[in-house]
Amino acid sequence: MQKSSVDIRSLQIGFGGLKVLENLDLHVGESEFLVLLGPSGCGKSTLLNAIAGLIDVKGGEIHIGGRDVTWAEPKDRGIAMVFQSYALYPRMSVRRNMSFGLKVAGTPQSEIERRVGEAAQMLRLTSLLERRPSELSGGQRQRVAIGRALVRHAGVYLFDEPLSNLDAQLRAELRVEIKRLHARLGATMIYVTHDQIEALTLADRIAVMQGGVIQQLDTPKKIYREPVNRFVASFVGSPAMNFIPGRLARGGEMVFVAGVNRLGLNGYVFRSQPTDAPVVLGIRPEHIEMTGADDQSSVPARVEMVEPMGADTLIWCRLADGTAFSFRRDADAQVRAGDALAVRFPADALSLFDEASGQRL
Amino acid sequence: MTAVAQLLPASRRPKRMTPARWGLYAFIFITALYFLLPLYVMIVTSLKPMAEIRQGNLLALPAAPSIDAWVKAWTSACTGLTCQGIKIGFFNSLRILVPSVGISILIGSLTGYALSLWRLPGANILFGAMMVVAFIPYQVFIYPLVRVFSFTGLGQSLLTIVIIHTIFGLPTMTLLFRNYFASLPVELFKAARVDGAGFYQIYALIMMPMATPMIVVAVILQTTGIWNDFILGLIFAGRDNLPMTVQLNNIVNSTQGERAYNVDMAATLLTALLPLVVYFGSGRWFVRGIAAGAVKG
Ligand SMILES: Nc1ncnc2c1ncn2[C@@H]1O[C@H](COP(=O)(O)OP(=O)(O)OP(=O)(O)O)[C@@H](O)[C@H]1O
Ligand SMILES: [Mg+2]
Repeated sequence: MQKSSVDIRSLQIGFGGLKVLENLDLHVGESEFLVLLGPSGCGKSTLLNAIAGLIDVKGGEIHIGGRDVTWAEPKDRGIAMVFQSYALYPRMSVRRNMSFGLKVAGTPQSEIERRVGEAAQMLRLTSLLERRPSELSGGQRQRVAIGRALVRHAGVYLFDEPLSNLDAQLRAELRVEIKRLHARLGATMIYVTHDQIEALTLADRIAVMQGGVIQQLDTPKKIYREPVNRFVASFVGSPAMNFIPGRLARGGEMVFVAGVNRLGLNGYVFRSQPTDAPVVLGIRPEHIEMTGADDQSSVPARVEMVEPMGADTLIWCRLADGTAFSFRRDADAQVRAGDALAVRFPADALSLFDEASGQRL
Repeated sequence: MTAVAQLLPASRRPKRMTPARWGLYAFIFITALYFLLPLYVMIVTSLKPMAEIRQGNLLALPAAPSIDAWVKAWTSACTGLTCQGIKIGFFNSLRILVPSVGISILIGSLTGYALSLWRLPGANILFGAMMVVAFIPYQVFIYPLVRVFSFTGLGQSLLTIVIIHTIFGLPTMTLLFRNYFASLPVELFKAARVDGAGFYQIYALIMMPMATPMIVVAVILQTTGIWNDFILGLIFAGRDNLPMTVQLNNIVNSTQGERAYNVDMAATLLTALLPLVVYFGSGRWFVRGIAAGAVKG
């Protein structure tokens, strides 16, 4: 099975007057698992369809495996695709669904049987081969759709929200299966989702998109720890990151000032020269620490509400000046609404954003 | 709490026969009678000899049912100058029907499929206009079409009438299939394209097998429409291919001496037989086809 890289150069796509993608550049390496993550309508499917050759581009180039395929037919691009609605051929058995593409391409019967058998075994579909799609469960249907892509032995696999029609448990199961498949085939995969858990668990790299623009393209860890702007920070992570408005002040070391609260920023790596402009501090709920009241760097807070979430507990608090935030503790944390406590915001886990532009400082 | 609960009436299954229900049943009964009574009269009359009919007992059952009138209507009733019964017309109609239905469905489904892929903002207005066109009375087109066919030299022939029926069937067939195909998920078409199937392969191997209910609806619509046609057949089919409806008219109107009511009735029933069989044979499919989107815009 060959592996291909995907190279997209200043891609432009529009529908009528509406510009969906403008000057988009993206490089996906061989054997890489890239996830396109973003809210509804941001152009993820549009990008994937353009790579597959299912919509015409207005400008730019698409290269797959080093070959310019901008105007090639979908079947000649060395790609395979899995759709959100499964898109199985309803009047054909599972076997015929999986072999249809190979038949159309004129593959010898013995080779078709070998590939279908192999894919069916990999996806545990062997006993279902003679059934119609209507006689399958949602999870089985999506496995057939994946199988139909696998038999093509493509260099690049494209997935458009393949799990979003399934219930939570099946989604988790198939997620693992897809990850295993990637490890086993080593093929290049581009995977669209708006589910951040899928993105964080599957991806080698994530491209977070908004409004047709890739906001950040990085490893899941970097995206999570060092979001480049407020959009990425708030879109990734659940429960969501806390945002506290304030400004920066210089007093020996840099400090963040929000009302009466001051927070030392020793240990925060600035990307740009800090200014006096208003800023927003972001911190994830699991990075806030509970301390004793005598700790120099701690801030007093009052507990407003406690939300048990199974493995851990989300605690909603307010600072003395009314600023609300939440943080995460073990499920056995002895905290009740009304308690007074002291918390610490470790500088190395913070993110600071310019309030006007939303960019990371 | 319990006291309050006892004051409320227990929930009960609603009474079966409300006045509205009675009204509904009465309406259905009267409607059924309205349509079934003439049919009943026709059937009993066709089974009576003329002597019995002359007594004037319209609703009475035949004293000794006989199919003589049916045999005569089929084999030896006079349709104008020849007296070979209505079977000539039956086979003429069949020869007009089969190619017309087949070709109009084939072309209509193909154009409907092509148009379903054409999803532009103004498309729905265009299809609305097509629907209106489909309802323009035939009479408007007849004279121009007669001129066109005489100009092309086809004149009146089997081919002419098949072409005419195909043309008049196209707007409805196209819309029927377009609406059905447009209701299918686009991803199905995309998947087939990734699989390498071309325009005609997708049509023949994926779209048409899915459209079975639509095909049944189309066959019913076209069969009844074409079978019941009178004027187009009269004008375009030519003397040798006159359809059954025209032959029936000739039988009923070319009577010498006493009017043979039993033969007329039998001939009429014979003419109506095919649409009836089609309806009864495909009722379930028809409903399914309508439900699958035949009527939605
Ligand atoms: N065929 C089309 N005609 C016109 N506009 C379209 C078409 N397809 C998509 N769009 C528009 O392009 C934008 C991007 O759509 P796209 O389907 O790529 O979003 P998406 O990121 O996949 O969203 P989702 O998560 O809901 O699937 C949207 O604003 C959408 O309205
Ligand atoms: Mg999408």
